[in-house]
Amino acid sequence: MNCIEKILASHAGKQTVSPDDIIEVDLDYVMSNDACTVLAIDVFKKELKAEKVFDPEKLVMFMDHYTPSSSIDAAKVHRKMREFAHEQGLRNLYDGAGICHQLMIERHVQPGQVIIGADSHTCSYGSLGALATGMGSTDVAIAWQQGKIWMKVPHTLKIDVTGKWPKAVYAKDLMLKVVGELTASGATYKALYFTGEAIEALSISGRTTLCNMAIETGAKFAYISPDKKTAEYLDRIGRAQEFCFENEQDTGNFESTVHIDVSTLTPQIARPGRVDDVCNIDTLKGTKVDELFLGACTNGSFDDLAVAAQILKNRTIAPSVRMLVTPASIDIYLQAINAGFIETFIKSGAMVNHPGCSACFGGSGGILGPKEVLLSTANRNFKGRVGSSESEIYLASPAVIAASAITGTITDPREV
Amino acid sequence: MTSAKAITFGDNIDTDQIIAACHLVLPTIRDMSLYCFEHYPQFSESFSAGDFIVGGKNFGCGSSREQAPAVLKERGVRAIVAQSFARIFYRNAVNLGIRLIQCEAAGAISLFDKLRFEDNLLINITKKCEYPVHPFPPFIEDIIKRGGIIAHLTHSA
Ligand code: SF4
Repeated sequence: MNCIEKILASHAGKQTVSPDDIIEVDLDYVMSNDACTVLAIDVFKKELKAEKVFDPEKLVMFMDHYTPSSSIDAAKVHRKMREFAHEQGLRNLYDGAGICHQLMIERHVQPGQVIIGADSHTCSYGSLGALATGMGSTDVAIAWQQGKIWMKVPHTLKIDVTGKWPKAVYAKDLMLKVVGELTASGATYKALYFTGEAIEALSISGRTTLCNMAIETGAKFAYISPDKKTAEYLDRIGRAQEFCFENEQDTGNFESTVHIDVSTLTPQIARPGRVDDVCNIDTLKGTKVDELFLGACTNGSFDDLAVAAQILKNRTIAPSVRMLVTPASIDIYLQAINAGFIETFIKSGAMVNHPGCSACFGGSGGILGPKEVLLSTANRNFKGRVGSSESEIYLASPAVIAASAITGTITDPREV
Repeated sequence: MTSAKAITFGDNIDTDQIIAACHLVLPTIRDMSLYCFEHYPQFSESFSAGDFIVGGKNFGCGSSREQAPAVLKERGVRAIVAQSFARIFYRNAVNLGIRLIQCEAAGAISLFDKLRFEDNLLINITKKCEYPVHPFPPFIEDIIKRGGIIAHLTHSA
């Protein structure tokens, strides 16, 4: 068994599991947010006719997609969530504290856990060595009632990343490259296991960027073995736990291995409409943009804000563009204030928003009009995701966003 | 099963195309279903309850929103045919008891072709041919046949 299969076996009460086995796993957390909780509440009450959740401590709910409530309908959604949380005695209900995935990582996830969430980017928690995956509202309602869910044990694709990180190249560039190579369905049903010296060199936030976008290849889980950095991170945020990390021996059960050398990687961009339509930045240099977005569960971390602030320090954004900066959580927001980043962004002419999904998704501010072009650090560029179906979304790293904000066109961060 | 027409789409149809994010706060699936495939005239102008949706590869990729298969169910989709399905969409559709048909030849089906699904065969009446269909594991078939995961759970309990 590989490390992923071992975690699944332990949660299924089995000695061993193999790929394609259908197992029932005990869940450590069930996460949901304001895009899908109401539907789950309906299923829970009306269809399952359930009364009590299995364990109120294990449900975590977030208002992040439409918060502060961006419409009357959104306000009604939030009210239903509050009522349900109150009635079920849930303590973990967050409103406006940040994006669900960032807050799960900061406040709840531990290595070795199995978690489901009613959001496809739940796979992000692999950055701390947890197995987490997105499911729909019916599965979440069943999990609320039963504390467990069936799943198929995935085959594991090993992504071995070697080499030293070049200047201005980040986890986002690596992940865009991986998505481009594997394609949007290349890892459907599989688990992505990231390993190698270039992964070890990444901070937890860089690892989260990678795991976050695993779903963009169709993957079920992403996983990075917990190591010293994981322990240090948990320690730093006051959540050190006793978990033993074994240094991963590559004797596991992998379906295949992809080798990538980051030392030759350049900044990458995904072109509008498809996350797997990825190219080197050279191809697109000079493309005019209207809006820039720094944030989302992919790239709204302190490290991401630091990269952008360094580029924008003592500079101003082009008068032709608007830039939105949205820290992924309130803790990141506070740290960014203390580090002076927020002042840098404001002085550069960017708008700083309260933590949440923001312009990643057409649920609140930053909505695009017809023919407008967005350059975003988010994870998806589907047609119409952030407003008009005639708008276009390019995806890139925080460094590319900051450099391009200065010029108003797609710009290589190595050249500013 | 009687025949019905095919409403066709390309590869990588994501859940935002089926139901855009901005509509997810509407109070009911019925309200949301009015916006199903809102930017695709072949759907908004020609789909009738009982028709087949036909996609290419990776149908339903993107978000985990169960609202995507739910609005298709609400509109009365007979079955969704695709060369392959994205994982979460597949699971959500099965949970809702929607008939999914995984068929390598989905790309050969043209808009408005008359289709019939019978005994695990997809019959293209317009083109006078049959397509083999990829069978699902018995566990999944059983959920679909019972009309969804909730009925399946109630039955097993
Ligand atoms: S930031 Fe974007 S991708 Fe992340 S949870 Fe919010 S809407 Fe989804």
